[in-house]
Amino acid sequence: MSSASVEEYLEAIYGFNEKGELAKNQDLSEKLRVSPPSVTQMIQRLAEEELVAYEPYKGTQLTGKGMALAQKVVRKHRLLEVFLYDKLKLPREKVHDQACKMEHSLTDETAAALCKALDNPEKCIDDDPIPECSLIVESCDECEHARSKSAEHPLITQLSNLKPGEEGKVAFMRGGRHATQRILDMGLTPGTYFKMVNAAPFHGPVEIEVRGTSLALGRKLASQVYVEVDDKDETWKRPHPHGPHHNILR
Amino acid sequence: MSEQKLMFALAGNANVGKSVIFNQLTGLHQHVGNWPGKTVERAEGTLNYQGQEIDVIDLPGIYSLSTYSIEEIVSREYIAVEQPDVIINVVDASTLERNLAFTIQLLELQPRMVIALNQIDIAEAKGILVYTEELSRELGVPVVPTVAVKGAGLTELVKTAMEAVKGEKAKHINYGSEIEDGIKNIVEELKAETPYPSRWIAIKLLEGDAEIEKIIYEKQPEIKTTVDAQRDIIEEIHGHEIGSVMTSERYGLASIISEKTTRHVIPDKTLRDRLEDLSSHPILGYVLMITSILAVFYGIFSFGDWLAGTLDAVFGVLQTVYFNTVGNTDTTNFIWNAVVDGFIGGVVVAIPYIGPFYLVLSLLEDSGYLARVAYLMDSAMHSIGLHGKGFIPVMLGFGCNVPAVLGARIMETERERLICAFVASLVPCAARSIVIMGLVATYVGFRWAILLYFIDFILIFVLGRIAYKVAPDEPVGLIMELPGFRLPSMKTTAQRTWFRLKDFVYEAFPVMIIGNFVIQVAAFLGLLGVVENLMRPITVSWLGLPAAAGVVLIFGILRKELTLILLGSLMGTTNFATILTPVQMFVFAFVVMVYVPCLSTIAALVKEFGMRKALIISGVEVAVAVVLGGIILRVLLFIGLP
Repeated sequence: MSSASVEEYLEAIYGFNEKGELAKNQDLSEKLRVSPPSVTQMIQRLAEEELVAYEPYKGTQLTGKGMALAQKVVRKHRLLEVFLYDKLKLPREKVHDQACKMEHSLTDETAAALCKALDNPEKCIDDDPIPECSLIVESCDECEHARSKSAEHPLITQLSNLKPGEEGKVAFMRGGRHATQRILDMGLTPGTYFKMVNAAPFHGPVEIEVRGTSLALGRKLASQVYVEVDDKDETWKRPHPHGPHHNILR
Repeated sequence: MSEQKLMFALAGNANVGKSVIFNQLTGLHQHVGNWPGKTVERAEGTLNYQGQEIDVIDLPGIYSLSTYSIEEIVSREYIAVEQPDVIINVVDASTLERNLAFTIQLLELQPRMVIALNQIDIAEAKGILVYTEELSRELGVPVVPTVAVKGAGLTELVKTAMEAVKGEKAKHINYGSEIEDGIKNIVEELKAETPYPSRWIAIKLLEGDAEIEKIIYEKQPEIKTTVDAQRDIIEEIHGHEIGSVMTSERYGLASIISEKTTRHVIPDKTLRDRLEDLSSHPILGYVLMITSILAVFYGIFSFGDWLAGTLDAVFGVLQTVYFNTVGNTDTTNFIWNAVVDGFIGGVVVAIPYIGPFYLVLSLLEDSGYLARVAYLMDSAMHSIGLHGKGFIPVMLGFGCNVPAVLGARIMETERERLICAFVASLVPCAARSIVIMGLVATYVGFRWAILLYFIDFILIFVLGRIAYKVAPDEPVGLIMELPGFRLPSMKTTAQRTWFRLKDFVYEAFPVMIIGNFVIQVAAFLGLLGVVENLMRPITVSWLGLPAAAGVVLIFGILRKELTLILLGSLMGTTNFATILTPVQMFVFAFVVMVYVPCLSTIAALVKEFGMRKALIISGVEVAVAVVLGGIILRVLLFIGLP
């Protein structure tokens, strides 16, 4: 399984989830031009890696981790489209395929540089929103310094994208000063581990477990909190009833 | 013992059992009112310990000493300016880490302090063991374990606090060296005199706290250069903006201390855990919520109806006795109507509903269930410009607007409170339902009554959105702790209800009695005829109602359900079909539904938000009712209704 094909799948699922739909296997097979059995097989593997959550007969949804990966690649794709069409003046019908090929080899650092060079566009040429920059910056002036720390940037997505049961680490906040301070005061400071417990239906608030307490966070506020979702750090996986970072006496 | 009164202040997060400790300490010697000029409850009481009289004040439950909510500002001003002899910081042992972040902020103010480590029983049930001596050593202040609901440890707590009165002030806890350097550099230059400790001022200046900046930069503008330079250094080192750095430092310290002083065991899933899971379940959570809310409302209003009816009957008997004794003349009639009736209105309308409401609200809050309801209803409430916590006050409005307006204080900021109270005062209460049902449903048709409700809901939706747009300050979404479930203390609940009710009577009754008096005097002097004529352009020309409606609408301010009876007696019949056309009935009911909250509600608005805002809200509602009433009339006539 090449990483490029994983990225293609995530990108396709993102396309459906973005519109508020679950990605059905049938639709994915049409969109990616692959046979239904291989879609089924691939979705299974993605689910094992906790990149997607699959509900039989309903469809597939990205997990927080899958979303972070998908946002990265979709962002590259849409930035490339803008670049190829607006700057290089390529014909519109060729732009998509070309961007599809290039997106997998672009490093995160280069993507950030491309974004800066294009003046931080908000929409791609089809008017779909380009997923937001995930660097810890207050404005584009700090882009160069922030992006050059490493070629590949950490997997970051909005807290609201996590699915119940997923864990993450607070990275930074965007939004009003008042709201940011309130989120911090309630204990969601950068570097804090938390666990998503529940998400209320109808786009309601999310419930998270942090610092040994439960916290309810409106969906809009939750989408202003950017979190790191990578499980390379084994300490996250310690099972504990009071949150992921306490000592356990057996 | 010394003659001087001592002052203890209880401070801590919400849901830690602070109020329970307060009630246990002060018993019936307390007063619940508001902080001057603020919609924040101020509970004060006295305690007698071995002949020494002690004032105890229960500060609002908060998570930080920043300026996010009015509660936070009130608390920090109180601690710094009034300088209580001892601060009793109530800390929930089961959520130690979060609580300690606040403790660390309190220590920055360097008060004399004692920690009440509360709810150790719940902590143990959750498998958390806190080592009191270690915690005391780490924080440098005495720690007393307590279980407030059972009264355990409270004598020890008062004893320790008494010792602390003569003891040393608490010491602050050091942050990282780069931050300490920054603080040191600012402190050295700080010359402005304030009631706050200079270290605290330095920290707040670093954090860019607007209130403190205003005080200091006015007296010593040149210090801003140093503050900005120090802030830049810290932000550069950490790569985050300062607010985030400082809060992280505090929580970092809190995390280290709580880890050093607690041990965990993995407990079994308890019944409480299962209930908590159930209460936020996407389907069963709503089932549970609707069932309990309906049960609660049914309870409040059936009890309220019964009590109101009984009280009405009692006053009816009194009235008969009165007139039998003094005779029925114009003067005696006037005295009864002008002086006694306003009081009766308060007793019969307000008390029967507000008493049980306060009781139930207190139970819902203390048990931790209110937070779950807010969680479930958040997205629905957003559509009318509120967030989840506004659900309870708005729902209460269907019974009576008075408790609904008072309940708006469960929202955190002044902005949200105002929007919530405004929306709640538009909800058709039971009295308005009487008019809608008695007039429109009976004489025009049930479907038209439903239409009226429907129009009102649209109105709530639209006006709520507008209020959301025009109200000052930045809107903040829902963010709150979801506390674990617990059994509320009956004693605390009962006492709290009693004192809140007393406060309401003192504040709202004068408004009702005076309002009633003014209207009755006007009636007695024959001014109402004049008013009726003055209102003709509105009532007759614009709204198409009989001229008598003017007087009825004025009296409706007292009690809306009386409008029907009054209209009947002024027009000489209660068969409304003979005196009003269906269109007139519909318009009349609409205007009664919207035009102005009743006097009790206005009194509640005055109590919570001051005269000016109460008048604005009432004014807006009168304007909306009149303007839309006329438009509805013309639409109905246009589509050919009689």
